[in-house]
Amino acid sequence: MAKTARALPNEGQDFAATGVTITPCQPATRVSLRGKVANYARIAGFKLPGEINETTGDKGCHALMLGPDEWLVINTKKTDADLMPGPNVKAYTATDISHRNTGWTVSGPLAETALAVGCPRDLRLEAFPVGACARTIFGKAEVVLLRTSKTSFRVECWRSFAPYTFGLLKEGARDAAL
Amino acid sequence: MLLIHCPYCKSDLPELEFANAGEAHLVRPADMSDMSDADFADYFFVRDNPKGVNLERWRHAHGCGRFFNAVRDTVSDKFLKVYPAGEPRPSDAEVKALLEAQAEGRKDGGSGA
Repeated sequence: MAKTARALPNEGQDFAATGVTITPCQPATRVSLRGKVANYARIAGFKLPGEINETTGDKGCHALMLGPDEWLVINTKKTDADLMPGPNVKAYTATDISHRNTGWTVSGPLAETALAVGCPRDLRLEAFPVGACARTIFGKAEVVLLRTSKTSFRVECWRSFAPYTFGLLKEGARDAAL
Repeated sequence: MLLIHCPYCKSDLPELEFANAGEAHLVRPADMSDMSDADFADYFFVRDNPKGVNLERWRHAHGCGRFFNAVRDTVSDKFLKVYPAGEPRPSDAEVKALLEAQAEGRKDGGSGA
């Protein structure tokens, strides 16, 4: 029988420049939720945020509120089966998008500057504090940003945009120190 | 860059995240099969395009994803007001007040860059 290895869209996409390091994120379970999600807290293990652009959770388990009735759950510890609700849930919909997204961690004292190359949002700490998230645009690709610490961001995009997004992230990292 | 206030995200965000979605407050006719071709063409294709105040639909496409309505002055390219979809059309008096506020340089509702 033929054997195949799992090929990740962000495989080998490491890059380091003065003040910025880009590392590919490990595969994670991701669930997109729409509707009235109060009951989902039981499955997530923590309360979901109530304001747009806020997050709850920590260290690899995050719930991001992206819109008035839309949440994104990212979890590196639990499997798809753990995080999907059963078939009888009527208050909200949950879609497993684990394989649709891929991501990188952009960190370092110049991470903000590197992202500003393609992102028009105000990413200064005052406007985008630790724990803030946003769906926004990076160059021509839609991305979800999550600030995990003062100097580090998680950048997620759809997997087909990965070569473009990583290319622009590299450009940003290279230019940040100039 | 022009900053647009999103009534759902409640903050001023860059124009690049938004998409214009045409004229607001168009009412879909209840019975299209009874309409004459001319009336249907008028509803379907013909849009007002005044110089000055326009009532428009916008979508926070690369953000919360929601549609909302805006009062925008095409002369100054300032957003005079933004409001969630479903709210009633601002009255002529309200639009006039918004324009006067703009002329006086006051910021009201939405923001311009």
